[in-house]
Amino acid sequence: MPVWLIRLIVVFAAFGLLEIACRSGWIDAYTMPPPSLMLVYAWQVLASGRMTEDILLTLQNVGAAFVFAVVIGFLVGVLLHRWPRLRRAVDPLLASYYAVPVFIFYPLFIVIFGLNNWPLIAIGFLFAVVAMVINTLNGFDRVPRVFFKTARVQGFSRPAEVWFITLPAAAPYLFTGVKLCVAYAFIGVVAGEFILAGAGLGYEIAFAYNNFDNRTMYGLMVFLLVFVTVVNMALHVWERKLHARRSRGG
Amino acid sequence: MAQAQEASNSVRSERARGLQDAILVVLGILVVWQGLHWLAGDVAVSSPWATVSRLVELLLDPGFWPNVWETLYAFGLALLYALLGGLIIGVTLGGHRLSGEVAEPILVALYSIPKITLYPVILLLFGLGMSAKVAFGTIHGIIPVIIFTMNAVRNVAPVYLRTARALRMGPLSTGWRVLLPATVPEIVSGFRIGFALTLLGTLIGELFASQRGLGFMIIRSMERHDVPTLLAVSLLLFLFATLCSWALLIVDRRLNRRL
Repeated sequence: MPVWLIRLIVVFAAFGLLEIACRSGWIDAYTMPPPSLMLVYAWQVLASGRMTEDILLTLQNVGAAFVFAVVIGFLVGVLLHRWPRLRRAVDPLLASYYAVPVFIFYPLFIVIFGLNNWPLIAIGFLFAVVAMVINTLNGFDRVPRVFFKTARVQGFSRPAEVWFITLPAAAPYLFTGVKLCVAYAFIGVVAGEFILAGAGLGYEIAFAYNNFDNRTMYGLMVFLLVFVTVVNMALHVWERKLHARRSRGG
Repeated sequence: MAQAQEASNSVRSERARGLQDAILVVLGILVVWQGLHWLAGDVAVSSPWATVSRLVELLLDPGFWPNVWETLYAFGLALLYALLGGLIIGVTLGGHRLSGEVAEPILVALYSIPKITLYPVILLLFGLGMSAKVAFGTIHGIIPVIIFTMNAVRNVAPVYLRTARALRMGPLSTGWRVLLPATVPEIVSGFRIGFALTLLGTLIGELFASQRGLGFMIIRSMERHDVPTLLAVSLLLFLFATLCSWALLIVDRRLNRRL
């Protein structure tokens, strides 16, 4: 039996058990409806169209945070790589960055930017950017030295060396950074919407929760989790392919 | 002799430069902070000086400490569950090749979903209070510990295990004398990430589901627009998180270098 089939069976079995636990009343229906019903709720909420605007808004904010994080994270990574002394100095900060709950700065952003999309984008950006910095550094560190020697022997110019050697050799690691940026931008933006926002998926879930509207809450929650999982897994599979090709190519 | 002297001198000057750099970084942060304060004003960012004096005031206030203990207690409990649970599940999955392969992408998927979405479910299951916070911290921290432990156990060189068998070591002493020492460096790396995420999860839990604790103080000062307190508590958390994470990083690097 192939591994993916077993995996599928395991996932389905987990949901099946949850379904049984809910249907048999072991988890009461108010706390959690059975997963099959959650899917129905998700479909109803999406089909009604009343959440389309919120979904698009969240996606737009995640997208903006993602783009800023990738571009700025990459540039900072390049800067730190070129300037080892600065890198050594900020290294402890980078290493402990994710131990600091970035959300605590969210209220500051609201005061600085006002209650609009920018605080959310800023929080998603802050959450994602360091992953890009770390992976950019990691990628550049792992370009084998012999590549540069070959480039020098071949008389490559500096831009040609960066374009034909450094970037392609570091690409799989850069992609890992990009992948993490997607996941972290989502986490940051949705968390910000939970804490304080007037629209968006996280806001609507929190709103439904506060109004005991379990149908909307579970429907949106399932939609969000399935959507994020599909995006992340697609990126994960792609990343594995890139890394496999690199290790084969040497 | 002279060479040794020279080497120790260069180590010392390297250390001095490292210290100098660290001081420069701290100064840089303070300058940016002060600049933000001037730019955004007292309503958004209290100055470094005002924040530190507020923090000292809080630390001297006996009413502040129950909040600290509450958070530390919830965090400690969540950390314990995340580490122990992650270790047990990780060793089990790592020891059995097929289950590890089946589980890995599932774990990766769980790792990267926005778990904050699940907080209504956690609240409905556990109710408001300590258990919800601990549960929230645990679900954040346990997954990286599982992933790192699993990979560590999986990558143990087979020759170690064969040697253990040849020496007729029992499963317990194999685990204690072979498996554990061989996997400790990677497991410590996992603990480091688990530590950070457990803290994050516990604080998020406190933001939403608590009447006490530092997370609760944060959300309350957010609502009351009490910027100095908000920043003082944030600063305390930042210092705590950075110091712990730095200590773990040093242990981590030392262990990984030894191999």
